[in-house]
Amino acid sequence: MERLEGLLKETWHFYKKTLGLVSRGSKIYYAWCFSLLAIIIVGFIFYWEQHEMGLIETNMTDQVSWGLYIANFTYLVGMAAAAVLLVIPSYIYQFKPIKEIVVLGELFAASCMVMAILFVMVDLGRLDRVWHMLPFVGSMNFPASLLAWDVLALNGYLFLNLLIPIYLLVKSYYGKEPNWKFILPFILLSIPWAVGIHTVTAFLYNGLAARPFWNASILAPRFLASAFCSGPAIIIIIFQIIRRVSAIKIEDKALFKVAELIAYSMFLNLFLLGAEIFKEYYSGTVHMASFKYLFEGLHHHNELVPWIWTAMAMNVTAFILFLVPSTRKRLSTLNLGCLLVIVGVWIEKGPGFVIPGFVPDPLGEIYEYVPNLVELMVSFGIWATGLLIFTLLMKVAIPIETGEFSHTEYEKGTYTFKRH
Amino acid sequence: MRNKNQTRREFVRNLSVTALAGASLPLFSSCSKEEAEDFLQKHFLEMTEEEKKQVIAKLEQRYLERYGRKFQISTQKALPETLWGYGLELSRCVGCRRCVYACANENNTSRYARQLHWIRVLRLKRGNLINLEDSEHYYAPETVPEKGFIYLPVQCQQCQNPPCVKACPIHATWQEPDGIVVVDYNWCIGCRYCIAACPYKGRVFNWAEPNLPKDEVNPNVHYLGNRPRMKCAVEKCTFCIQRVRAGRYPACVEACPTGSRKFGNLLDPKSEIRYIIERKRVFRLREEINTESKFYYFFES
Repeated sequence: MERLEGLLKETWHFYKKTLGLVSRGSKIYYAWCFSLLAIIIVGFIFYWEQHEMGLIETNMTDQVSWGLYIANFTYLVGMAAAAVLLVIPSYIYQFKPIKEIVVLGELFAASCMVMAILFVMVDLGRLDRVWHMLPFVGSMNFPASLLAWDVLALNGYLFLNLLIPIYLLVKSYYGKEPNWKFILPFILLSIPWAVGIHTVTAFLYNGLAARPFWNASILAPRFLASAFCSGPAIIIIIFQIIRRVSAIKIEDKALFKVAELIAYSMFLNLFLLGAEIFKEYYSGTVHMASFKYLFEGLHHHNELVPWIWTAMAMNVTAFILFLVPSTRKRLSTLNLGCLLVIVGVWIEKGPGFVIPGFVPDPLGEIYEYVPNLVELMVSFGIWATGLLIFTLLMKVAIPIETGEFSHTEYEKGTYTFKRH
Repeated sequence: MRNKNQTRREFVRNLSVTALAGASLPLFSSCSKEEAEDFLQKHFLEMTEEEKKQVIAKLEQRYLERYGRKFQISTQKALPETLWGYGLELSRCVGCRRCVYACANENNTSRYARQLHWIRVLRLKRGNLINLEDSEHYYAPETVPEKGFIYLPVQCQQCQNPPCVKACPIHATWQEPDGIVVVDYNWCIGCRYCIAACPYKGRVFNWAEPNLPKDEVNPNVHYLGNRPRMKCAVEKCTFCIQRVRAGRYPACVEACPTGSRKFGNLLDPKSEIRYIIERKRVFRLREEINTESKFYYFFES
C-alpha cells in the first residue's frame, strides 16, 4: 500500500515536473514548438487525405513506385546511424561530457529512427495490415527479404537507442552512477548496429538485379561515407544550440574534431561516387542510362540535373571548408559547411539516389517524377514530428543530466548528494 | 532497494504501455467497414478449408452488393504434374493490343483513374530487340503493323526463380506448385518492394480504389487471380489461373488474332509449348538475371 502510494506520488511528481519543463521556455522555444506543431497538423491533414483516397494522391506511379518518402527514409537511416557513431570519436578524443554526448546522440538517433519509420509507414498502401510484418504474429519473409531484415534492424536500433538513454537518464534522475557493466555492452552493441542498419538499408536496394543503378557493390560503403558526413554535420549544429540553451559544456575543440571527421568522410564519399561515375561512363554500357538521367538528362528529361549539380557543388564546397583548418576552426564557416553538407547529402542520397533507380524503368520507359504537394506536406509533417520529439526529449533530458530535475527525495533537500 | 527497483520497472512499463496504446489508436479508428471486417483475416495459405469457405461467402456477398452479380469464386488448387509455360511468336505479333484488352476484361482490372494493364506491348524499331530504352509503349497509329517496327508484348514472365517473391517482406506473394506466381491481395501491405524487384515490370499497383464498372465485371473468378481487388494492393498476371486450372487457355491466348500466343504444360512432353521449345529458336527476356522465366519468345522455324 505504502509502496503504491510512493509510486503514485513519484509518477505524479515526474509527470508534473516534465509537464512543467516542456511547457516553460523562452519565446523562441514557444515559437519553435508551435510552428512545428502547426506543420505537423497540416501534414497530418494531407496524410489523412492520402490514407482515405490511396497513394494516388501522390505523384508516384507504376514506373517510379517509390518517391520522396523513401528518399527521406534512406537519408534518415544514415542520420540515425551516424549520430551513434559519434560515440566512437567522443571516446577516442576523450570529450569531457561523454555521458551527455552518448545520451544526446542516442536520443537524436531515436528521433531519426522515428522519422524513418514514419516515412515507411506513410509510404505503405495498407497501414491497416502493418501487423502482417510483426515477427511471430504476422508472416515475416525472413531471411529472404531484405525488407524483413530492415524491419528487424531498424526496430532493434530504435530499441537500443531508447533503452540506453532512458537507462542513463533514470539513473541520473535517481542520482546514481549508472552500472556501466550493464549498459556499456549495449552502448558498444549500438555502434556495429548503427553500421548494420545502414548496410542493410543499402542492401535493400543493392540486391535488386532489376535495377542496375542500385545493383552496384559500392553502394553500402557509399551510404556509410555519406552518412558520416550528414550525421555529424547536424550534430555539430545541435551541440551548439544545446550549449547555448543549457548548462552542458561542449568545447569548440570537440566541434572542430567532428568537422575534421566530416572532411575525411566527404573525401571518401566523393571518391566512391567518382569511382562509380568512372565505371559507368568509361564502360558506357546501357546501364549508364540512370546516371545519364541524373547528371545530364536522358532524351530531354532532365529534371534531376540541376539538383544533383547543386548537391555536388555543396559537397565539394563543404569538403574544402572542412579541410582547410582556418575555415574549419571558425564557427561561421563551420556552420555554413554543416548546412551545405546536410542539404547536399540529402539531395545526393535522397531523391538523387532513389528516383534514378526507376528511370528508365526495366522496360525502358521514362517517367519524370516530381513530388506533389501531398508528399511535400506529409514529409514536412514528419520532419517536424521528429524535431518536436527531439526538442521535447532534450527539454527533459538536459535538466536530468545536469541534476536540475531529479527524484523527490533529493529535491526536498533531506538528502544531499554529489553528482559524479 | 527492491521497492525502488519495482517502482522503476512499473514506471517504465506504464510509460511504454501508454505510448503503445496512444500510437495504435489512430490505426483502429481509421478503417472502413470492409477494412475492419478483413482486419484479422489470415494469410490464404494458413486458412483451414472452413475458414476459406467463410471468406468466400463474405466476398460473394460483398461483390453481389457492389456489382449486382452472383460471383463464382474458385479456390481450386494446382493440377498435379503441371508446370505452366508460355510461348510467344514475335514474328507473328502485329501489335494490335487485343491481348491487352482481353486480359483487362477477363481479369477485372481497374478501367480508369488509374487504368491498369497486365500486358504491355512495346514497339521497337527494327534492328534491335534487347535494348528497350528506345521502345515506345504508347504507340497509337491508325493501323498496325507499322512499317519498320516490331512488337514485343511483355507481361509477368512467371519466373521459376522470382525476384518479387524473394523481395516480399511478408510472403504476400508466392509461387504455386504449377509455377504461377500469385498474390494474396488481402495480405499485401502495399510496400511496392516487389515492383522495384521485378525486371519485367510484371506488377502493377492499385494506387486508388479500382474502378470497375458493373457491366464490365467478369464474375467467374479465382481467389488468387481475377477477383475484384482493393486499393493499395499489388496485382499481376496469373496466366489466368481461373481458366487454366479449369482446362481453358488464358484469355490473351484466345484473343490473339494472329495465333502468336501459345500455352501449355512444360512437364508434358506432348504439349505444344514443349514442341515449340524443342523445335523453334526460343529465348527468354533478361536471361542474364537468372530469373528462369517460363515465358518463351520465339521465331518461326
